[in-house]
Amino acid sequence: MATINVSRARARGLPKATDGPPDRGRRGPTLGRRVRRNLTGYVFLAGAIICFALWSWYPMIHEILLSFQHLNLVGQSEGWGGWRNYEHMLNDPNFWTSVRVTLVFTGLALIFGYAVPFVLAVGLNEFRHAAWYFRLLVYLPVMLPPVAAAYLWKWFYTPDDSGLFNAVLHDLHLPTSAWLQSSNNTFVILCMVIFSTWSNMGSGVLIYLAALQGIPGELYEAAELDGAGILKRVWHVTIPQTRLILSLMLLLQIVATMQTFTESLVLTGGANGTGTLVYLVYQDATNFNNFGGSAAIGTVLLLVLGLFSGAYLWLNRRGED
Amino acid sequence: MSAFDAQTRTLISRAQLNRPLARRIYWVLLVATIAVFTLVFLFPLYWVFSSGLKSASEVLQSPPTLIPHSVSPHNYATAWSDFNLGRYILNTTYYAVGALLLQLVFDVAAAYALSKLRPVLGNVVLALMLATLMIPATVLVIPNYLTAINVPVLHLNLVNSPMAIWLPAVANGFNIFLLKRFFDSIPEELLAAAAIDGAGPLRALWSIVLPMSRPILGVVSIFGTVAVWKDVLWPLLVLTDPTKMTVNTGLLNLTGDGIPENILMASLAIASVPTIVFFLVFQRSIMSGLTTGSLKG
Repeated sequence: MATINVSRARARGLPKATDGPPDRGRRGPTLGRRVRRNLTGYVFLAGAIICFALWSWYPMIHEILLSFQHLNLVGQSEGWGGWRNYEHMLNDPNFWTSVRVTLVFTGLALIFGYAVPFVLAVGLNEFRHAAWYFRLLVYLPVMLPPVAAAYLWKWFYTPDDSGLFNAVLHDLHLPTSAWLQSSNNTFVILCMVIFSTWSNMGSGVLIYLAALQGIPGELYEAAELDGAGILKRVWHVTIPQTRLILSLMLLLQIVATMQTFTESLVLTGGANGTGTLVYLVYQDATNFNNFGGSAAIGTVLLLVLGLFSGAYLWLNRRGED
Repeated sequence: MSAFDAQTRTLISRAQLNRPLARRIYWVLLVATIAVFTLVFLFPLYWVFSSGLKSASEVLQSPPTLIPHSVSPHNYATAWSDFNLGRYILNTTYYAVGALLLQLVFDVAAAYALSKLRPVLGNVVLALMLATLMIPATVLVIPNYLTAINVPVLHLNLVNSPMAIWLPAVANGFNIFLLKRFFDSIPEELLAAAAIDGAGPLRALWSIVLPMSRPILGVVSIFGTVAVWKDVLWPLLVLTDPTKMTVNTGLLNLTGDGIPENILMASLAIASVPTIVFFLVFQRSIMSGLTTGSLKG
């Protein structure tokens, strides 16, 4: 790297070199200083570069390579396997179950986890009192250790009458439910989504509240003068004004829910077709030592989530300009 | 009336709210919302703490009792001593503090180099680091696990070592992004002046850049700490020794032992205390960090 630097400095002629931070001296930095600056720069970068290389850059490539290899029980390569891992994956009914669970989860979470925080934030923003109380409470579940929160909810969902939810339903003379042990798979996933929404919506609500506070009051004033009712004001002022945040949160939500793991692990243990894709990755690797299969699923997730996150970053960048 | 006045205009105007009927509706809705919020977000916590106080038979009683009839605080003592809750909390704190320190040292140094020292190919390094924002760590658990059991070049096994938590925490593109963007806003002239006074890059970072960066360092620290407390999948894979587990994986481990429900609830309550206290202490920074962190992140 130093050589590139030297030749570039020479080609430009030392006195006029303006690369690097502006030096207020009479002449540009000398060769020695520039080499030293680069060296110092990379010394400062070294720790982070090593960690990124080990835990981000190499694993991305490694995962794709692994998915095309025969791997033994401790994950060591025993030669190339072509598309074998992918063929196994596509022929594995568990894979398709997990795809369905992940998609249903993401879909239901879009209805609940995505819409609820926004509606809630729009409502909360109208209150002139107790704002701190609402903010504090809605964010409290976000701060709980996820496994502790999930066990608590699993207990609420206890299928007999000792469960809190069933006890309440019973008192109200309403039919009780088997909740997580229901035979209706989509309903079980819905129960997982409700827990997930409870525990994660705090961030969404707070972010929307901050965005809502940035909407100029005159816009509402003008809309009101034009005779727009409350719903029309939401539709014509609030939503257009928060459109960027809404789209960013949409992508963020999709990326987050497609990584759902703790819900499957704690609430249902993945039983009766309720394991998500990440849960299947975990199971394949830990229970069956099928690292190649895990890597194939991981690669699929990597591509799909990479696409959504890429869209998020692009949109965010555009929003900043 | 005055309560409605000093606010900026939102969806519903002050004039509208000041009408007698509207004001009555407002107060009814406000009280109702406070009640619902308390029920939805605070009651579950009450439930876990109070269930932890119940006797083994009362906790399974149907229908459940709202207030414990028999109060047995020794459930908490049992959870703490027999089920290693103290150890899990201590471990997690240790992992979180270490991860935080390493992130502060390496990510701050890297962001400073990328922002102010700008070595050759610095923007390539930056682009590669920011590109990792596109790939959530969850999808890389398998190759990362294989890295942890046999680190390339060094051939170390990091399983059950705190390094398995600390090192991956440094590879955080979001930290680099936030820190570099903040450092970019520090005027070049300040550093040039320091350089004329003979301050080297490390000295300039320490005495000029860092003191100015307190807000962003706060954000990075809070998110770095919380991330370790909330992670489940990664510690589940790399911390398999029960004496090395975090709060989350420890709880998973202890339910395998057929633990009584009242002790489980006491354990969940104890396990939740550190993060709740952390939240109450740092609530302002957490909430403002959330908006600086994610709105433009």
